[in-house]
Amino acid sequence: MNTSLRMYERSARVYKGVWRGSVFSSFVNPFLYLIAMGMFLGSLVDEQTGGVAGVSYLEFLAPGLLAATAMQTGAGDSAWPVLAGIKWQRTYPAALASPLTTRDLVIGHLAWVATRVALVSVIYVLVAAALGAMPLIDGLLAVIPAVLTGLAFAGFVTWFSATLEDGIGLTNLFRFGIMPLFLFSGTFFEISQLPDWMEPIAYLTPLWHGVELTRSVALGTEPPFGLLVHASILIALIIIGAAMAVRQFRKRLYV
Amino acid sequence: MSDALVTAHDLTKRFGDFTAVDSIDFEVQQGEAFGFLGPNGAGKSSTMRMIGAVSPITSGSLSVLGLDPATQGPELRSRIGVVPQEDSLDVELTVAENLMIYGRYFGLARSVIRPRIEELLDFVQLNGKRDEKVDKLSGGMKRRLTIARSLINQPELLILDEPTTGLDPQARHVLWDRLYRLKQDGVTLIVTTHYMDEAEQLCDRLVVMDQAQIVAEGAPADLIVQHSTREVLEMRFPPGTQEENIAQLSGLAERMEILPDRVLLYTPDADATSTEAHARGIRPVAQVSRRSSLEDVFLKLTGRSLVE
Repeated sequence: MNTSLRMYERSARVYKGVWRGSVFSSFVNPFLYLIAMGMFLGSLVDEQTGGVAGVSYLEFLAPGLLAATAMQTGAGDSAWPVLAGIKWQRTYPAALASPLTTRDLVIGHLAWVATRVALVSVIYVLVAAALGAMPLIDGLLAVIPAVLTGLAFAGFVTWFSATLEDGIGLTNLFRFGIMPLFLFSGTFFEISQLPDWMEPIAYLTPLWHGVELTRSVALGTEPPFGLLVHASILIALIIIGAAMAVRQFRKRLYV
Repeated sequence: MSDALVTAHDLTKRFGDFTAVDSIDFEVQQGEAFGFLGPNGAGKSSTMRMIGAVSPITSGSLSVLGLDPATQGPELRSRIGVVPQEDSLDVELTVAENLMIYGRYFGLARSVIRPRIEELLDFVQLNGKRDEKVDKLSGGMKRRLTIARSLINQPELLILDEPTTGLDPQARHVLWDRLYRLKQDGVTLIVTTHYMDEAEQLCDRLVVMDQAQIVAEGAPADLIVQHSTREVLEMRFPPGTQEENIAQLSGLAERMEILPDRVLLYTPDADATSTEAHARGIRPVAQVSRRSSLEDVFLKLTGRSLVE
């Protein structure tokens, strides 16, 4: 048995006890956004402009929200739970007394996050499809780029959490990092709407690549830089984030 | 080569400028219960972490079960058990689930772990709590579960870092009894403690650590013989009168230790010394005669008491 799967198994078992509340809370938020922004604000947008990027606002928004939800799940699951594992509940030190290594912990964690993002994304797609915001099959295909998006954040946030002593840094990360990305990375509007000087900044944010990739898969369109470029950037970010997390875990826990 | 299970030579651990363990030497033999006695901050936990291959050594050499912790960590850890100082159980899981998950960390098959869970719960007397959430257990029960968890891989060597700190006396005795049984089953134990009675109860041999160094080594009884007298007479005087009384005590005992609240007289026969003191007109408000303990050894070697 691959050693990192042992950590994955633990997360799965813990999740078995809490999955109901967790699934509910991870889909309720995007669901409200879809209704409020996609349907009600969307009808106003469509009346004025006849849709965005050739589709209705709801159809434009739905895949963007899928990527943004994946980001929030990937980041959230790698924030407080990781700090708890290191410090408050000490799950990681306990596991490191077994044959597992810091690498096993990080890979097991990220594999679990991928599962969680996939789960939340599939539920989201089912709801969005029922609302007519997404075609079901293309929406389910878009779960793949959504998982890449979630993981691109999970690696870095895991690293960041492992540098912290308390949760204040995490609150700030979400307030000043995740929230602005959520608002300005092409989820709610095309980044061509941004002032020209801001556009290149959006290219640097992982979420923008995730949104464009997810949207192009869901809508069957070609993303700005091509599927392969966006996917490669996300995969590169996942690898870099994971490597930084392993290094930080070792620095923190193997002392 | 001796058949030592753990061999440390010049073992040193530094954190930046701070030296936590300063070139210590020791050997732990197969089947014995070996203790590290010392106050908080003496370097006991750092030593345990190095033995458990979760902390790299700074210099010197260390071999555990004939393995090098630096390069053979996973194999080494698969053959030992660790009871950490702080509880690290999965509080949202049940007692049995904790053991299952921990067994899985070691790569054991579920079919192997299942009967072990029942055996271990019997052993630590938690069978009634099998499906209880860990959150709901008392401190003593959590410690016992942690011990059960550390045994899930049937380790050859068990490392316990202050296993009874924070427990009530009854819970401590239950724990000591279990550890004693493990020892009888041939498991080698390494225990750190700052309780002298724990060291005396559990350990065949121990080292006394203070300020990152080993200051004495031997069997508890031998250490007492070597470094202390057979008995101790403790006297308490009314506040403010200790000094004048001390003047009159000179020559009564082989050695005298003056603590803020009492005076310890080291003597082969405490009752005889007491009689003599009373004959000199010394009237303490309270006095106790007792056998010498490791605390006295520590006091003599360092001039400080163990638990401060």
